[in-house]
Amino acid sequence: MSLKNKLHNIKEKYKGKKMAPAFNALHTFLYLPNETTHNGTHVKAADDLKRTMNTVIMALVPCLIFGIFNAGYQHYLATGAIEASHGFLGGTFWTFDNLIHGAWKVLPLVIVSYGVGLAVEFLFAVIKGHEVEEGYLVTGMLVPLIVPIDIPLWMLAVAVIFGVVIGKEVFGGTGMNILNPALTIRAFLFFAYPTWMSGDKVWVSEAVERAGTADAISGETILGAYAQNNTLPGIDQWDMFWGLIPGSIGETSKFLIIIGALFLIFTKIGSWRIMLSTVIGALVMGLIFNGVVSAEIIGESSKFYGLMNVPFWQHLIIGSVLFGAVYMATDPVTAAQTNKGKWIYGFLIGFISIMIRVFNPAYPEGVFLAILLMNVFAPTIDHYVVQGNVKKRMKRLKVKTA
Amino acid sequence: MSKDIRIKKGLDIKLVGEAEKTTVAAKASSYYAVKPEDFHSIIPKMLVKVGHKVKAGQALFHSKLDETLLFPSPVSGEISEIVRGAKRKILEIRILADATQAHEDFGKKDAAKMSGDEVKTHLLAAGCWPFIKQRPYDVIANPSKSPKAIFVSGHDSSPLAADLDYVLTGKEAELTAALTALTKLTEGSVHVVTKKGGNSPLANVAGTTSHTVSGPHPAGNVGTHINKIDPVNKGEVVWTVAAKDLIIIGEVLLTGKFNATRTIAVTGSQITKPQYITAIAGASMKDVLAGNVNLDNTRIISGNVLSGRQESEDGVLGYYDNQITAIPEGDDYEFFGWNKPIFNKISVSRAFTFSWLNPNKKYDLNTNTNGEHRAFVTTGTYEEVFPLDIYPMQTLKACMYADLDEMEALGMYEVAPEDFALTEFVCVSKQPHQKIIREGLDLMLKEIG
Repeated sequence: MSLKNKLHNIKEKYKGKKMAPAFNALHTFLYLPNETTHNGTHVKAADDLKRTMNTVIMALVPCLIFGIFNAGYQHYLATGAIEASHGFLGGTFWTFDNLIHGAWKVLPLVIVSYGVGLAVEFLFAVIKGHEVEEGYLVTGMLVPLIVPIDIPLWMLAVAVIFGVVIGKEVFGGTGMNILNPALTIRAFLFFAYPTWMSGDKVWVSEAVERAGTADAISGETILGAYAQNNTLPGIDQWDMFWGLIPGSIGETSKFLIIIGALFLIFTKIGSWRIMLSTVIGALVMGLIFNGVVSAEIIGESSKFYGLMNVPFWQHLIIGSVLFGAVYMATDPVTAAQTNKGKWIYGFLIGFISIMIRVFNPAYPEGVFLAILLMNVFAPTIDHYVVQGNVKKRMKRLKVKTA
Repeated sequence: MSKDIRIKKGLDIKLVGEAEKTTVAAKASSYYAVKPEDFHSIIPKMLVKVGHKVKAGQALFHSKLDETLLFPSPVSGEISEIVRGAKRKILEIRILADATQAHEDFGKKDAAKMSGDEVKTHLLAAGCWPFIKQRPYDVIANPSKSPKAIFVSGHDSSPLAADLDYVLTGKEAELTAALTALTKLTEGSVHVVTKKGGNSPLANVAGTTSHTVSGPHPAGNVGTHINKIDPVNKGEVVWTVAAKDLIIIGEVLLTGKFNATRTIAVTGSQITKPQYITAIAGASMKDVLAGNVNLDNTRIISGNVLSGRQESEDGVLGYYDNQITAIPEGDDYEFFGWNKPIFNKISVSRAFTFSWLNPNKKYDLNTNTNGEHRAFVTTGTYEEVFPLDIYPMQTLKACMYADLDEMEALGMYEVAPEDFALTEFVCVSKQPHQKIIREGLDLMLKEIG
């Protein structure tokens, strides 16, 4: 008997039992189910939610791989073991040592994220008796990419449980949540363990352990440096673009994020409207701040000067605006759902991101807060867009009756 | 004012098994059946009993709410069985057909010389009223109301649909008579929409307003035409009549006989020789498809793949249908079917699905759902195949949580389930859109009326 038949028999045997959703989740992972249509359309398009989510994961994989190498590279660079490399194919970047060190640091984060998150999903599916929905496949991949490299695993596990339960399951699971679960996890970390998440030590691996010793290394990000009116030595704009800088694991390489964005737009999985309008929003806010500086309203003595004075386009290559725009803001469940609404939603995310970045002295990365804020407002945006359609219909009726 | 409607949003589902343009007569069936479920929201009140003899055109039952609304027998013969289901609901009325058909004579009429009320009475008496449907609610028209317009679609763009230009040719007299009758039923216009560039006998009939339409499916759906030409507002009613039913109405007017013989497209990849046949509504599938179908794990559909009804191989042709589709059942597992590249299925995305590479390829789709039922997740996909000026997902959700005010505001008066067939086809979450809309319309019909 083939594997297919064996699995089919198990499925029939446990149909309607408590553990059925858990088994089905694994079964449908191997095989597209044998479900057929009933009345309604007798044929269906090829895409399902698994395929959709899988496409997003594939767009994330390059960022993950780059993040692994970068983790090792930043560590060895900070300890002085290797020379700085320049350009995407820099000699000291794609090395075996970097891979080993990075993988040792990053893969546990991936495993904890998926393991804990999927366990919670399975638990809820079994308790509530619905199928395991695929939403966490993407969330589980996003989470390791948006946390600092040196985050303790227990901290991540706690945050994932919080994020999945409070961010998603209490609303009814995938498709019903208001906040992006990955960002809920990030926000939980930020507010529960602020010294970890906003310090200048966590962004390069092992910087924390070495702090205060003779081997101390800096673990600061460029944003952190700019916020203190400093710059990091030895980093130019190309390094920022290619991603050879300290930062959250997956967000540094703007080059690969753009590749991922193009892939998502081409496959029609990601919304180009949101991506584009977020970028426009960020540029507009950056331009306004540049204008404020050049009008000399804010002088060099101001604590906002450092980030305000950054040329507007550079905001895109520092921090995680692009990563947020491409992978987080576009989450269809929490984003605006109407096409017109998407433009407004994206623009405001970009706009508010840069505003928070400049004005928040404690923690200069505003993207995740901006996206969470707009998640909350997305239904309101949609409401007014849909009301436009409703009003048009009312008007048509009035013209008729008048 | 004639209009040239161009549809951009939509999707042509190209399937294997298009009917060849030759028409043969199907073997006369020994028995025919009428299923009251074809007439949505009608509760039948029987007029005949088992053993009664009926003529073609003689009423089998009337609506419980309106005894002038008669439903005629498509053939003459003896009532052999009335199949009932739970709560004695009538599922099927079976008629053993006579060898030679006798028709009830309703008398020849010249519609041009009749008043609106006369036309109405005549069509009701002759059993032609069930062919007239209404929006809102997509049910058989309420004869006591007067519609603001009547719409006739002369183009069927659904997958493998019968080519109406071909089917209607030679029936000009019937069509003109029927359209003339329709013009008496409304104070507004009778809008006839035909395919742009086609040579439909329906185009430019005197007394009607002709429009042309082009673009992908649902360009031929009457709901699309209504939305583009004269949308239904709250409190308004429009009637719709399918072009294929005009022939039957026309024949009643011209000859006095109710003749439910249709030209039917027999289509789909499981059909050995896809072609057109002539058969009477309610004919048994066995006789219609005789020897022309591969029955190995086959889904037989009376109608098209988007909105048709599943029939067993012993089933019958639906009362309204002019198409039979047979496609393979998809009740098999597919190894890693959710992430491997897909070349043999249609998709509107490009997520390792490659149907965008050659848009003219014809596909052999099966009935697999290609995934499990999920909550609504993705956005923006429905809008790409939905040409109506309505927000599809918001409307569906309003139906699901049964908010009547919101359903009304979002435009439920304008839609029929078939308008949501394409959004259902492309739905990543495999939600039953047509069922959701049907239930929403039923709720509105019950609560608002």
